[in-house]
Amino acid sequence: MQIVDRRLNPKAKSLGNRQRFLRRAKAEIREAIKDSLKTRRVAEAEGSEKVTIRSKSLREPSFSLGRNTGRRDYVLPGNEEYQVGDEIPKPPSGGGRGSQGSPDGEGHDEFTFTLTKEEFLDLFFDDLKLPNLIKVKLKDLKTPKTARAGFTTEGPPARLNRFRTMRKSLGRRMALRRPSEAEIRRLEEELAAAEAEDPPSAAKIAALRASLEHKLRLRRTIAYIDPIDLQYNRFERVPKPTTQAVMFCLMDASASMTEPLKDLAKRFFMLLHVFLTRYYREVHLVFIRHTSTATEVDEETFFRSTETGGTVISTALEEMLKVVKARYSPADWNIYAAQASDGDNFHDDMPRCVRLLDKDVLPVCQYFAYVETTHSERFNDAHETPVWHGYTQVARRHRNFAMRRVTSPEDIYPVFHELFSAGDVAA
Amino acid sequence: MRREDAAVTQARLPKRKAKLRPLFDGAEWSFELIRKVHDAMGEIAIGELGLDIYPNQIEVITAEQMLDSYSSIGMPLMYRHWSFGKRFARDEAYYKRGVRGLAYELVINSDPCISYIMEENSMTMQALVIAHAAYGHNHFFKNNYQFQMWTQPDHIIDYLSFAKSYVAECEERHGDDAVESVLDAAHALMNQGISRDLRPRPRNIVKREKERAAQRRAHEEATFDPIYRTLPEITREGAAEPTEVQSEQRRLGLPEENLLYFLEKHAPKLEDWQRELLRIVRLLSQYFYPQRQTKMMNEGCATFVHYEIMNRLYERGLLTDGTMLEFLHSHSSVIFQPTFKDRRFSGINPYALGFAMMNDIRRIATEPTAEDRQWFPDLAGCGDWMGTLRQAWAEYRDESFVLQYLSPKLIRDFRLFAVDDDAKESTMDVAVIHNEQGYREVRRRLARHYDVAAQDPDLQVTDADLSGSRRVVLTHQVRNGVLLDKAEAERTLQYMAQLWGYRVKLMETEIDTGRVLKEHEALPMP
Repeated sequence: MQIVDRRLNPKAKSLGNRQRFLRRAKAEIREAIKDSLKTRRVAEAEGSEKVTIRSKSLREPSFSLGRNTGRRDYVLPGNEEYQVGDEIPKPPSGGGRGSQGSPDGEGHDEFTFTLTKEEFLDLFFDDLKLPNLIKVKLKDLKTPKTARAGFTTEGPPARLNRFRTMRKSLGRRMALRRPSEAEIRRLEEELAAAEAEDPPSAAKIAALRASLEHKLRLRRTIAYIDPIDLQYNRFERVPKPTTQAVMFCLMDASASMTEPLKDLAKRFFMLLHVFLTRYYREVHLVFIRHTSTATEVDEETFFRSTETGGTVISTALEEMLKVVKARYSPADWNIYAAQASDGDNFHDDMPRCVRLLDKDVLPVCQYFAYVETTHSERFNDAHETPVWHGYTQVARRHRNFAMRRVTSPEDIYPVFHELFSAGDVAA
Repeated sequence: MRREDAAVTQARLPKRKAKLRPLFDGAEWSFELIRKVHDAMGEIAIGELGLDIYPNQIEVITAEQMLDSYSSIGMPLMYRHWSFGKRFARDEAYYKRGVRGLAYELVINSDPCISYIMEENSMTMQALVIAHAAYGHNHFFKNNYQFQMWTQPDHIIDYLSFAKSYVAECEERHGDDAVESVLDAAHALMNQGISRDLRPRPRNIVKREKERAAQRRAHEEATFDPIYRTLPEITREGAAEPTEVQSEQRRLGLPEENLLYFLEKHAPKLEDWQRELLRIVRLLSQYFYPQRQTKMMNEGCATFVHYEIMNRLYERGLLTDGTMLEFLHSHSSVIFQPTFKDRRFSGINPYALGFAMMNDIRRIATEPTAEDRQWFPDLAGCGDWMGTLRQAWAEYRDESFVLQYLSPKLIRDFRLFAVDDDAKESTMDVAVIHNEQGYREVRRRLARHYDVAAQDPDLQVTDADLSGSRRVVLTHQVRNGVLLDKAEAERTLQYMAQLWGYRVKLMETEIDTGRVLKEHEALPMP
C-alpha cells in the first residue's frame, strides 16, 4: 500500500475550466450583475459577488425521455396504506418522484454561483478604460525610481555581476584553450620524472620542457579574467507613474435633492470609486456637499443629512480647489471629480461656475463627470435645467468633461459604460 | 459516500470477544495510523473474507481538491472544458451554503486502485472509508464482470493523460472555440456513445493512440486530393435500388446504436483531430458504463465490506467504543432510506438497498425460513454466505442481481410497491404491493428500473445516405409511448447535425407497430 499526501499539490486545478466557463457565460453574467446593481449598497461594492444566471449558453442537452408523454411505472418504498387498485394523486412537480429521475439532477436552467472580486470587476468593467491615463503617466515624471535593465560591460565595481562575469570568463578560457593549473602540474611532474630517469632522454626532456614553456606562456597571455568578461548589472531610472488618485464627490445637499435622487448619485459615485481602485493603488475620497455654502464632510453625512438653503454650485467648486491646493497637488495626484445634482442652481451663479471650470478646475482634473439625477417625469429633452444648459458649453470645449442624465438605477451602469467605454476615450 | 441527514442509530454495539487494545483512540489521524489500520483491515478483508483487490494507493486531499475531482467526474486528470467549471461552481455553491456535504471519499477504478480521503475526516472516518473504498469498491472493481469486460484499469490514468494533452494540443492548434464546439456536441451525445453489445479489444493505450493519430494524419496528407472538393452534390430522384441501399447500410454497419462511433467513423466533414476528440469522449462514456449498471451492487458491496471489517475489528478489541459509535452513526446515516412521502426522498438509496440485500443473502444462507427455502432452494441454508456474495459480486449487475436475489422479506421490510403512471390520466394507480401476489411483479419491475439500457432512450442510426443528400436518419424506438423531451431532443439533434455536417432527421417510432409518432429535423448552422 502507498499513501500519498496530495494536499500540497497546486491548488485551483480547475482554474482553466472556470475561465472557460466564465467566458462562455459572460453575456449572461454581465446581465445578472447589471440587475443586481439595482439593489446593492455602497459597502457591498467591493466584496465578492453572488450571481444567478439563467443561461442558454450553459445548457448541456442530451437525448432524454420526456415527462409528459406515455406510460411509466415507479417502484417506491414505504407503502403504509395502499392496496392494489388504489389511485394516488400525482405529485405537483410532475416528476422527480420516479425512482430514477434525471441522471444527476441536471436540467436546472437557473444557476447560482459566486464570483471572486477580481472576476466580478473584470467582467463588470470589461471594456472600459480610464480616460487620459497615458497622458498622466508621461506628465508625472517627477518621482523616478531605479529598475533593473539588463547588463552592461562597464560600471562601478559594486555592480559587478560575478556570476555572469565568471561564466563569460570560463567560456573564453575554454575557447582559447588556456591550460588549467592541473595540466601544468601534470607536465611538471612528467618533466621531473623524465629528468629522474636513469639514462635521461634528452629529446624527451626537451620536448616536455618546450611544451611546458608553451603552456606557461599561454597562461600568461590569456588572462583569467579579461576586461571583456566583465558584466555589470545595469539600472535605469524610470519615471514612476503616479499611483494615487483622489476622487472628489460633489453633491447638491439642498432639500430638492430627495432620497431617491441621492441614491442615484451614490450609485454613480460607488461605481466610479470601484473603477478607480482598479487602476490606482490608493484612491482618496473627498466628499463635498453644498447648499449656498460648501463644506467637506465624511461619507455618512454626505449621503444622509439634508440641509436647507439655496443652491450655489460654485461654492463647491471653490471648496474643491481649496482642498486640492491644501492636500492634493496635481503633480502628485490624479484628480477625478464627479458632481451630482438635480440641475438647480442659483441663476446668477452659472457664469461663475463655467468660468471656474474652464480656468481652474478642468486644467487640474483628469476627468470631471457631471451626472444629473432627475425624476423620470421631468426627464425629457425639451426641459433643460439651468446647470445642464450652462455645462453644455463647457462640455463642448473640454474633452475631459462629460455630462449625463440618470433617471433610474438601471441607467447607472449604461451611463457609466458610455462615459468610460474604451473606444471613446482612446487618448 | 455522502452524508445524509442524521438518522437514528438503532444498532446496538456488538459483543467484544477480546481485550481492548485499540489501534487508535481519538479523532486525530496520521499517516502511520492509516497504514496500521489499512494493514489490520487487510488481514480481515483478504484473510477472512477472501477479497481479491488491486494494490491500494491512498491519497489525502483537501476539501477544495475534492470539489475539483467532483467537477471532473471523479477522475484525477481530465481535459479542460467549461462544463467542468460549471459543475465546480455549482458544487462549490452547494457546499458553501451547506446544502450538500462532500463525499468522504472517492475511489477510482484503476490499477493500483486510487482512493481519495479527505484531510478533515476524523480517524474513525478514515478507517471507515479505507474499509469502504480501498477494500469494498476495490474488490468489486477487480472482480465484477462488467468492469472486467469494459474497462482497462491499468490504462485509464495514462489514457486520461493522453486525452488531456491531446485536447490542449488541439486548442493550441485549432483554437479554443473550435475545440469547445466539438466537445459540446460530443458531450451532448455522450449517453449515445456506448456500444452495449461489443466487447472492446484490449489496447496498449497511450503509445498506440499517439501512433494511430499520427498515422491518420499522415494518411490524410498523403491522400489529399483537392479534386474531391469540387465534386458537386447530387440529389437523386426517387428511391435507389434496395440492393444498393442495403449494401451501403452494411458498409456503414447500420443500424448503429453508438452515435459517437458512427460520427467518428463516417461523418463526412470532420477533420481527423475532431474525430479523435469524439473518440476520447466515447471511450470515457464507455468507461463509465459499468459504473452506471452496477451502482447499487457496488455501493452495497462496499458498505457490506466496511460494516463487516469494522465489526470484526471491534470484536477483537482493536476499536474503542467511541470509535464504534461514531462509525455506527455514519453508517446508519449512509444507509438511511426515507419513505416516498418523506421530503428527503429522492429514489431508492443504493447504499440502503445494496447493504440490505447483501445482509439478506447472508441471512438466507445461514438462517433460512420456510419461505426462503421455497424461493431460494439452492442458496437457503447452504452456509457459505461469503462465497455466495463473492460470486454475486462477480457475476451480476444491478438488474440481474435484483431479479435473482431480492427476497419477499426485503420487499416487506422496504414496503415496496409499484405504481403505474399514465401521462394522460390525472392520478396514478397502485399496480402491485408487497403481498403474496405482488412479490414477483415488484421484483421484476424494480429490476427493470436498474436496467440502464431500458432507462435510456433507445436511439439508433438507421439510415445514412453518403453518396447523395448525405442525410442521416436516427430512429428512437418508443416504448410505452414515452417520447423524447422535445426541447432537449431538438437541441441535441442540432449538435448532431453540427458534427455530421448535413441534414439530420430523428424519427420516433412505436416499437410494436412501427408507426411514426413524431419527427424532428436539424440542419447544421454555418
